[in-house]
Amino acid sequence: MIKKFQLLTGLIILLSPLYTNAQHSKGMLSIAFKHVVDGAALQLDSAVYKNALGQTFTVSKFKYYISNIQLEKAGGKKITVPGYFLINEEEEASKRLMLNSIPEGEYISMQFMIGIDSLHNCSGAQSGALDPANGMFWAWNSGYVFLKLEGKAAASASPGKIFEYHIGGYTAPANCIRSISLAFEKPLRISRETTSSVTIKVNAAEVLRAPVTIDFSALSSVTDLHNATTIADNYTDMFSIATDEK
Amino acid sequence: MKNKLLLFFSLAACILLFGFAARFSGDTVTRKDVELKIPGGFPTPLYDFKNNKISPAGFMLGRKLFYDPILSSDSSTSCQTCHQRVAAFAHIDHALSHGIGGRIGTRNVPALQNLIWQNTYMWDGGVNNLEVQPINPITNPDEMNESLVHVILKLKRNKEYVQLFKRVYKDTVINSERLLKTLAQFTGLMISANSRYDRYIAGRDTFSMQEKNGLQLFRAKCASCHREPLFTDNSYRSNGLKPDTSLNDTGRGKVSGVQTDNYKFRVPGLRNIEMTFPYMHDGRFRKLKDVLNHYSNSPSTADPDITKIGTLSDKERTDIIAFLLTLTDKEFLYDARFADPGFK
Repeated sequence: MIKKFQLLTGLIILLSPLYTNAQHSKGMLSIAFKHVVDGAALQLDSAVYKNALGQTFTVSKFKYYISNIQLEKAGGKKITVPGYFLINEEEEASKRLMLNSIPEGEYISMQFMIGIDSLHNCSGAQSGALDPANGMFWAWNSGYVFLKLEGKAAASASPGKIFEYHIGGYTAPANCIRSISLAFEKPLRISRETTSSVTIKVNAAEVLRAPVTIDFSALSSVTDLHNATTIADNYTDMFSIATDEK
Repeated sequence: MKNKLLLFFSLAACILLFGFAARFSGDTVTRKDVELKIPGGFPTPLYDFKNNKISPAGFMLGRKLFYDPILSSDSSTSCQTCHQRVAAFAHIDHALSHGIGGRIGTRNVPALQNLIWQNTYMWDGGVNNLEVQPINPITNPDEMNESLVHVILKLKRNKEYVQLFKRVYKDTVINSERLLKTLAQFTGLMISANSRYDRYIAGRDTFSMQEKNGLQLFRAKCASCHREPLFTDNSYRSNGLKPDTSLNDTGRGKVSGVQTDNYKFRVPGLRNIEMTFPYMHDGRFRKLKDVLNHYSNSPSTADPDITKIGTLSDKERTDIIAFLLTLTDKEFLYDARFADPGFK
């Protein structure tokens, strides 16, 4: 017993420099996603919003994939955070990512993909964020749905006045993978043993406008390749760094 | 002495009985039974078991799931409802797929064989990996009408499945990835490569004059799409069939989004074709004779490789069919590894 204890202590002492070293050079980053519709916080089902054409709508579902997160230092050096993240308005915990092991330093911008890279769209059955049971996988045309926005609009021609935009597709001519780059207003400092935080504001209204204004009466449903890239181009600018708060 | 003899015989009887029971329930799959053997002359498989290591327990779990209606919303329909072993896992005598509550789908059930030599599945090629194919029948409202979330819930509540998943993965996690991967272990090993044709090519069997002539004709007229040894080039082509307006199935175009892909469908492999009737993507032809009649003088909308076939004489059609019947692989059709394991 004593021998075992000595062995364990010895091992800990032996490995501790490695451990402390890792502690010294890495910090943590918390990324919060704050969902809004223009000036107002997103409230599912209850709040009524207006699109650019003045048509009223409510939102019942808003979820999307973030992947390939990169942080860039001044001078262009980038680090990549592995992982696929499904952000879902309905699940509070999904809207806060805790990224460990970020090398110390000052970062000037971040990049990420909205969607899933082509390799992981055809890698067979996967689990976690990529579990097809999450309801973000197309069975009939294999691949992930990158973004879902659903709700009701009085102007909609669909049964039940619903609208639904399910956007996916990883190959031409309907490749909907989009890259986002956000510059920090002032450099983001990652320090050892502390958690830095960034809040990303996500404006769901952007799914419905610029470059193409979506008229609910003309296009209330996009659930396959048709018109998918139009919506993807729209939501590419829905992310911004929230500056006025932690 | 008498007692000892009695004991001996009862023991022997028990062993025999258990042996039969085990055999009957299909619990006899060994490591050797699930070894992946690439048949001579076959190319390198396109599906890789690298991230889905085959084990006897995994194969048997996949098999049990394949035969279990638990995958459907009302526990009425299993994979084998439409994929019957004696028909190379096609649906004998059914033009279109069936589902719960007597619902009818839009396409003919394809045979399941040599699947690891494909990297796309379904008549339109919309599925890009063997593992994710079953999500379609499970969730299609006209087939099993179930959700993955609910299937997993049902499996987690089932004590036997909890044990079986644990036996495969050595822990208590049950998720869709594991469900789908064990199904792929089962279906991926469905390999048909021992028909009379195969033995003839290997010099271990003979063909009649008619069959030889049929093979020659087949190679001249059909093999540009139905390439040996898998009898498909894995492409999508229009065979000039008039679209069925009640189905309005645009085929490949629906998944590729490319207009010129409309009404193209997968070139199916032809192994065990004797058993997989009716034929074509919508099962409109009941007999091979009808298929050959269609390809002889096909409409101008068909793929150029089809229109160039020209006219086939009665004798030519008969000879080609005689050859096609040599593709029946009884070893595969009656392979006990793929039989219904039965339910307790």
